[in-house]
Amino acid sequence: MPILTSTYQTQLLTYGLTLAIAALGFNLLLGYTGLLSFGHSAFLGAGAYAVAFMMRYLGVSSMELFLLGGIAFSAVIAALFGVVCVRHTRIFFAILTLALSQVLWTLAYKFFWITGGTDGIRVPFANVTLLGGLVSFPGADAFAGFVTSYYYYVLVVFAACALLMWVIVHSPFGKTLQAIRDNETRARFLGVRIWRYRWLAFLVSGIFTGLAGTLWVPLNGLVTPDVLYWPQSGKIVFFAVLGGFRNFFGPIIGAVTFNYLEVYAVALTEYWQLTLGVILIVLVTFLPAGIVGTTVRLAARLKRSRGASA
Amino acid sequence: MSLLRTEGLKKYFGETRAVDGVNFSVNEGEFLSLVGTNGAGKTSLVNLISAFLIPDSGRIFIGERDITYATVDERIRAGIARSFQLVNLFDDLSVLDNVALAIFARERKTKRIFTLAERDTEVTAEALDLLGQFNLDGKAQALAGGLAQGERKLLDVAVAYALRPKLLFLDEPTSGVSTRDKAQIMDTVSSVVRGGKITAVVIEHDMDVVFKYSDRVVVMHEGRFLADGPPDEIRRSREVATYLLGTDVST
Amino acid sequence: MEIVALQVLNSLFYAAVLFLIAAGLSLIFGVMGIVNMAHGSFYALGAYVTAWSVVAAAAAVPTPVLFLFLPLGAAVVALVGLVIEPTLIRPFYRRPEEYQLLVTFGLLLVLEDVIRAVWGGTPLTAGQLVDSLGLVRIGGLPYPVYNLLMIGVGAAAALGLWAFVYRTRFGVLLRATAQDRRMAAALGIDVGRIYILAFGLGCFMAGLGGAIVVPSQAAVLGMGVEVLVLAFVVVVIGGLGSLEGALVGALIVSALRTITIQFWEEIELAALYLIAAIVLLIRPTGLFGRKS
Repeated sequence: MPILTSTYQTQLLTYGLTLAIAALGFNLLLGYTGLLSFGHSAFLGAGAYAVAFMMRYLGVSSMELFLLGGIAFSAVIAALFGVVCVRHTRIFFAILTLALSQVLWTLAYKFFWITGGTDGIRVPFANVTLLGGLVSFPGADAFAGFVTSYYYYVLVVFAACALLMWVIVHSPFGKTLQAIRDNETRARFLGVRIWRYRWLAFLVSGIFTGLAGTLWVPLNGLVTPDVLYWPQSGKIVFFAVLGGFRNFFGPIIGAVTFNYLEVYAVALTEYWQLTLGVILIVLVTFLPAGIVGTTVRLAARLKRSRGASA
Repeated sequence: MSLLRTEGLKKYFGETRAVDGVNFSVNEGEFLSLVGTNGAGKTSLVNLISAFLIPDSGRIFIGERDITYATVDERIRAGIARSFQLVNLFDDLSVLDNVALAIFARERKTKRIFTLAERDTEVTAEALDLLGQFNLDGKAQALAGGLAQGERKLLDVAVAYALRPKLLFLDEPTSGVSTRDKAQIMDTVSSVVRGGKITAVVIEHDMDVVFKYSDRVVVMHEGRFLADGPPDEIRRSREVATYLLGTDVST
Repeated sequence: MEIVALQVLNSLFYAAVLFLIAAGLSLIFGVMGIVNMAHGSFYALGAYVTAWSVVAAAAAVPTPVLFLFLPLGAAVVALVGLVIEPTLIRPFYRRPEEYQLLVTFGLLLVLEDVIRAVWGGTPLTAGQLVDSLGLVRIGGLPYPVYNLLMIGVGAAAALGLWAFVYRTRFGVLLRATAQDRRMAAALGIDVGRIYILAFGLGCFMAGLGGAIVVPSQAAVLGMGVEVLVLAFVVVVIGGLGSLEGALVGALIVSALRTITIQFWEEIELAALYLIAAIVLLIRPTGLFGRKS
């Protein structure tokens, strides 16, 4: 694809893929476990800052190590936050996730001597190597090359994540999560320890979204506390609702669609957050199944009416 | 040694004595009906035994084991399972998945995260076989939420049955269904349960159903046992007739 | 020693603000069962409207009259709430919780940006109100009379709310609806009217919190979510749906906050949530929370 399109478009698509991974992680909780988190920016941030810290303080440059570090850091955050959040009703869960992510945000800008504060930490692509050091990008004109190579890298990781998530939601574990979503009482009466499974789902969800943050940052070149600020969580929620959260592919489509929508809409209006909010309200009121969900329903209805008239 | 035994079980809700000193014992292989008017304490008793409620006093035993304060999963492992009066199913999962899930839970396979559920041929086969026994195999791929009420009631029982319990509590398995469906449901439930040699306690309001299918009938009133015996004996009991049927048969 | 007294007073002042917000949130949740994710934004709206109107009217109106803009600001917010409840919230009562949370979250996104659109990024203050009341000496150290007055307002609000909920006829209706909506409807209570009034009252309180704080502290973008996060600690510790919980929680949170800001400012929010997490482990529904 990069052969046909410009560097900018490739970059945009790569961003879209990272957002799609974040959405996949988020939806394990919402679509499959029935838990709405308003704090997934915490994991984006954990994954992103892991890269920055490893690069600045440990001198690491291998993308593979960054991925491992990002996964580890988000796993720790998810494990801790999960213990606090999952034992409660869904409403308390939503409240606590928002709050805890904002705790991280305040820590990020207050401990500026570690995190670079509001200026953030730079993550130059020139310091990043792919495939265990085989591929690197020295030199002033390396950006285009980096974007192309990085696109393929992220594409592979995305495909792996999507496949993995597919298996997870269709596994006995995934079915158990859905059971907990559908009928907590009955699940408990099958001997399922509800909060343990919710915690595990939270952990997996956090890791996937953290991975997205890790992949995002070398492309962005910079990580600031903004990645932890609550509108980032809102965007992730929006992907899932836009695409349709009762569907595996919904959040992916939602993330990629949003990615392009944002670029072109931000050019049109200064009040992008307002627009988002209005669209969210409209979606929830009239199109709760999202793009993919509604399309699936329409297709089913078409099939039925065609079958009837045949 | 009875399968289940309660001693002096009590549960009060403020002034209301839901369960007022119940000594209940169930023997292996029995098909027992628990009857009484609304508020007699039947559901509270079942709730106490299945860990929905904690008793104020008294004890519950499975065999020799005291399960009075055991957790839900401990009781399930001890062999208790229940169905629900207001159907409790996983509406957005398929009929097959509903039953398969119970089997996965029983086999402790629910933490398997990197394998596809449908690939587990053992579980799938057992689930399909079970659905067949309950005459639901035709609907295996349908969503549980889309079934007719009678089928949902059967599925509710099937899911509890899939846990292969020693003791199965059925809370009004025929409530909310048409008369014709009632017979069908009870026929199915009764044949499956007896065929599997499972001990069953059924809460039931329909006395025809009770007399037709049970080995033993226990009548509850205001939290206590009023009568306990084989259907014929209960049917002939004047006390019970007056209480349950509202007719005065003393003349 | 005197400094401690001043800190205590500061803590009480902020507790008054937190109480108003948390009580509003709890009231709405207690009666209607929903958490308004935009509740903090109503607080922010109250702050901005009050500050703006005070500044706009300052030339024309004598300063004592400017104080009327505080309840006025709150009333404007309540009005917004009265419009929003039937249009945005009511359609979602019967729907799963996720949708209620999503729609109020959408409202949060909208309100935060509306505030930015109307008032821009520069902070707004209404400092003249604080100045006009002057200072009082507490153990030799100067302290704004305004803060003392607002502590009084907070206490009055707590008492007033308590009296309203527990001693008036409307309060009885409110509590009945909170306990059992269907029963209340069956008894002939107009549940819709109760809901809209409860929501309006909750928004009024949030707006009043903002109005009270803005003469002392500038209205800035992001204050809505910032206070929401603090209000959440209050209801987590105190229990959601409880007035006593909101009061006790506000006092505790404000005190903790004042203490941590003294000793290690950076971890203020983290410390608050650590304590909240501990409270949750012991009492999952908070100190005064009801078990659902």
